[in-house]
Amino acid sequence: MGADSKQAQPVLSIEHIAVHFGGLVAISDMNFVVNQGEVVGLIGPNGAGKTTAFNVITGFLRPTEGEVRYRGSSLKNLKPHEVTSLGLARTFQRTSVFQSISVFENVMIGLHRRGRSRLWDTLLALPRERQSESELKARAGEILALVGIERRSRELAGSLPYGDQRLLGVALALAADPSMLLLDEPVSGMNATETTRFMNLLDQLRRLGITILLVEHDMPTVMGVSDRIVVLNYGRIIAEGPPAAIQGNPEVIRAYLGQGARKRARD
Amino acid sequence: MKRFLPWIALLALASVPMWLRDPYLLNAFITTGIFIVAAMSLNLLLGYTGQLSLGHVAFFGIGAYTSALVSLGFDVELIGGFRVVHEPWPVWLGFFLAILVSGLCGYIVGKLSFRVRGAYFVIVTISFAEVVRLVALNWVELTQGPLALTSIPPITLGLPGLGYFDFFSKQSNFYLVLGVVALSYVIIGRLVNSRIGRAMVALKENESLAVSVGIDVTRYLVLAAVVSAGIAGAAGSLYAHYLKIIDPDVFLFLYTVTMVIMVITGGKGTLAGPIVGGLIFGFIPVVARSFASPELQWILYGWFMILIVFVLPQGIVPAIEKWFGVGEEARGPGGTEPKMQETH
Repeated sequence: MGADSKQAQPVLSIEHIAVHFGGLVAISDMNFVVNQGEVVGLIGPNGAGKTTAFNVITGFLRPTEGEVRYRGSSLKNLKPHEVTSLGLARTFQRTSVFQSISVFENVMIGLHRRGRSRLWDTLLALPRERQSESELKARAGEILALVGIERRSRELAGSLPYGDQRLLGVALALAADPSMLLLDEPVSGMNATETTRFMNLLDQLRRLGITILLVEHDMPTVMGVSDRIVVLNYGRIIAEGPPAAIQGNPEVIRAYLGQGARKRARD
Repeated sequence: MKRFLPWIALLALASVPMWLRDPYLLNAFITTGIFIVAAMSLNLLLGYTGQLSLGHVAFFGIGAYTSALVSLGFDVELIGGFRVVHEPWPVWLGFFLAILVSGLCGYIVGKLSFRVRGAYFVIVTISFAEVVRLVALNWVELTQGPLALTSIPPITLGLPGLGYFDFFSKQSNFYLVLGVVALSYVIIGRLVNSRIGRAMVALKENESLAVSVGIDVTRYLVLAAVVSAGIAGAAGSLYAHYLKIIDPDVFLFLYTVTMVIMVITGGKGTLAGPIVGGLIFGFIPVVARSFASPELQWILYGWFMILIVFVLPQGIVPAIEKWFGVGEEARGPGGTEPKMQETH
């Protein structure tokens, strides 16, 4: 895999990103790339700057320095919805669905950018409005079937079990028709069955050619699905490489388990 | 059944002038109807985008003054000795200009204040309404200030081949207002049941998630503000040409509060909510007047409001929908649930 990814084309590149909140350095000089079709895991202990990195990439946060490039174009000064328009969609750690709306309507909202009707079509109920709506509805059905919650489409999103809500969160991101997905801790809080289901979905997305960057706490999950792993600690990248290499990396072990653990491991 | 309900309601209301001869009650219907239009416009902002405009009466009043001034004509001297003289124009033109000018004000307020949300938006809208009220009160040359604009002509429609028709009688005004209510209902209904309405609801529910699926926040909030202000302006124009006199009191905060009460009790975020709430709170004073002293009338008004908010916190229409089990289908944006996903 390593040789493959070197030849592959980088789609997302993080170049010298730094984020300071006042005096606090959340991220300092972060550099990494994600290649076409790759699944990259971004890991690190709590507070390492993973979610901050996500927010910078998707335009929710302006970096203090550096820039993010996606498929050759700079994301500098783009608003989040403009970043999404370029094909870069994300999910959120917690509130990732519109709680008081039905599952189906959630996905319909997600399909916003694919709608073709203009204001006049809507106000005058022109044929294009109906046509666009029925296309969106068909597409929403497909997406729900893809993530496997089509039978719940009439239920309120907020009443779904936790795992299904996370799947719906992914469905929402997929509805924006992304070429790359950023998943923020997608399996945190899921039980084993739900996690397995989610892993299968990730596999399917990868086969569809969607590039994935994944922030995750759960080590076995990350190790299992990622082609490559980037490890962050205190806002710096401390290691990068295929899962097997990361697992044995002393820096990583120290970051996760603390100084003492490393000494004990050496002794 | 659900589909025909608006039609049945429309027919029932259209029959009112045929059996109701009491001019006082007919007047109550007309003024209530005008406030229902304003409440419907407020509902688009409050119920669908979740933004509370406590200065909504500003758009109503701007519509009233624009329409009145366009049809009355004016002659004012601006700074630097520059004079603007306006000859009276046909009233229907005033009606459309009222919508246009109010919509434009909605655009400006939207652009200015949608950088801020929640409490800040409320403050910006209140301030806007107060500024406009003070202008109406103090720019005496244009607005006559507290002396009021009087002898505002009724709306006239020149239909080719049929001659002129003016809305002077109570009956004709009733149908005019009913027509505007129906038209506003259709416009707002089509908006909220479309991709645009879904974007608005998404912003209300969870703004960062909405943004992350590619929805341009500002664009849809400003659009909602423009349409909402335009419809409120239409209501204001109806008000001016029906009462034939307006003074700066059309900008009273009390009117905004009345609209908010109509929307909240009827059910915000539902199409029929402001109509139901509007009919109830438009007619409580009328009914109460027949048996209660003035002080008691307002006590009853307040008592009813508190009762409804306590018993049906979501509003009357959502409660009825829930009762008949049609809630989700009718309420969510996008309206009826499609059958498509069953085939997958």
